[in-house]
Amino acid sequence: MSLLELVDVRKNFGAVEALRGVSFSVAAGEAVALLGDNGAGKSTLMKTITGIYRPNAGRISFDGQDLATRDPGEIRALGIEMIYQDLALARQQDVASNIFLGREPVRRLFGLPIPMIDKARIEVEAQAMIERLGARVPSVRYLVGNLSGGQQQSVAIARALTFSPKLVIMDEPTAALAVREVEHVLDLVRELKRQGIAVILISHRLTDVFAVCDRVIALRQGEVVADEAIAETSMNAVVAHIVGAG
Amino acid sequence: MDATVRAAPPRSFSLRSLGGAIRLESLVVLILLVVALSIASPYFLSVSNALNILLATSVIGILGFASTFVIAAAGIDLSVGSVLGFAAVVGALAVNALDLPWPAGILLSLAAGMLCGVINGTLIARARIPAFIVTLGMLGVARGAALVLTNGQPVYGLPAPMVWLGQGRPFAIPMPAIIFLAVAAITHFILSRTRFGKYSLVIGDNPNAARATGIHVERHLIALYTLSGALAGLAGLVSAARVNSGDPTAGTGYELTAITAAILGGTNLFGGRASVVGTLIGALIMGVLQNGLNLLAVSSFYQQMAIGGVLVLAVWLDQLNRGSGRA
Repeated sequence: MSLLELVDVRKNFGAVEALRGVSFSVAAGEAVALLGDNGAGKSTLMKTITGIYRPNAGRISFDGQDLATRDPGEIRALGIEMIYQDLALARQQDVASNIFLGREPVRRLFGLPIPMIDKARIEVEAQAMIERLGARVPSVRYLVGNLSGGQQQSVAIARALTFSPKLVIMDEPTAALAVREVEHVLDLVRELKRQGIAVILISHRLTDVFAVCDRVIALRQGEVVADEAIAETSMNAVVAHIVGAG
Repeated sequence: MDATVRAAPPRSFSLRSLGGAIRLESLVVLILLVVALSIASPYFLSVSNALNILLATSVIGILGFASTFVIAAAGIDLSVGSVLGFAAVVGALAVNALDLPWPAGILLSLAAGMLCGVINGTLIARARIPAFIVTLGMLGVARGAALVLTNGQPVYGLPAPMVWLGQGRPFAIPMPAIIFLAVAAITHFILSRTRFGKYSLVIGDNPNAARATGIHVERHLIALYTLSGALAGLAGLVSAARVNSGDPTAGTGYELTAITAAILGGTNLFGGRASVVGTLIGALIMGVLQNGLNLLAVSSFYQQMAIGGVLVLAVWLDQLNRGSGRA
């Protein structure tokens, strides 16, 4: 029973075919690595799943719902979160605001039907999330732009996990991190799997992929060229798929 | 996973409760100006002069609040001065040429401003034409339309209830000042306490983050420019009411003054940081400066130089304070 299923998904940018009929599926609690050279279509594929792009053809279903015509807010509400490589944070907003971005709880002003953001609740819940993740962020009131790269990463992760997602997509989550922080992210992936949350991990670091993923999908020129269980493949075979020597 | 989180430190002094982005230097400049002018002129420090300053600042201030929202989202609206003139003319013509009752005059003024805003916003968000170009175009079109509709002549004579909006003095306070402060309170609430305000800032900060978290960026931009147009329409209504006529040249050049007020108040010209209270302070700095220099009989040519100098000084002080590495 797969959680996410893509069937023959196509995406063009003008005459350029970025995705040429991509099909694969991800089950609940499964960690799938998505590999491919620069320009293979990984980012386009993920942005098509999260609703930033709309596919030109094909079917994407998630938890029994059709995704192809939904907008990013609706898709998040269904339980798909993405941690972007550039983190997609608002640097002049504080940590708490970033964690609750797009989902701010509101309360009524003086009991009138005037919704105002419930700042106190956001700060308390953001603090709780940061503590649960064991992240080193000095205060949820700090502006994100004043934090270090690793701390910003923690904020992006906290945002993805605060609303009980069913699928978390991570785009190069370890590329900019120190060794200890990488271990932290890999532990997080294992923890998500234990909780039955599916993970799609985009990474250039094959050691990370082989450490935590169950399956590897290789993309080349907008097509799936390999879809193999980690237990039944090797790093050499995966590299061959990526560069097209397989 | 080790929990190394420390408790949140107490809030540092940042006037955060007032909106988070006030340029403290601007408040200092305003206070210094008030103190200096109080010493320099015996007529400066009085209730009636304070009300004069509020009255003189009201129209520019309302446009400044419009600019604050648009600039928060990393946009710009160069058309507010022209839209002010267009809205003033539409309101005046509605009650004169069309003989409509005064509420229609008020509503049509506001609607004229909103219409310009909707057009601006749609061209920016849907046709993806840069805001600078779209609103520069609207600056020409709205001013031209105002001149065409009136043949270049002011439309004299408004019904008493409309005039009251500009000349009424409940409790001895000029109506434009009341409208100005009411708009300040409402827009401050919207910018600092609602999702609409938060999303305006986030779109200006990082539009990709806004999109990724499900914020409808295009829809929001249209709403923002519509708000800007509506406030310009309100400013047009007030300025027509003050002089009891719809002047097609009203508001010429005000767009830059409005932007100056916002920047003086700490709004980041590149988006993501903005404060209505800051803009209020920025507008008052200009109002106080102008008023004080008038009382001291300084030529208005010097006043322009002074305001330009204060703008550059305030931004420079702000940069020194924040450091170049900070967003």
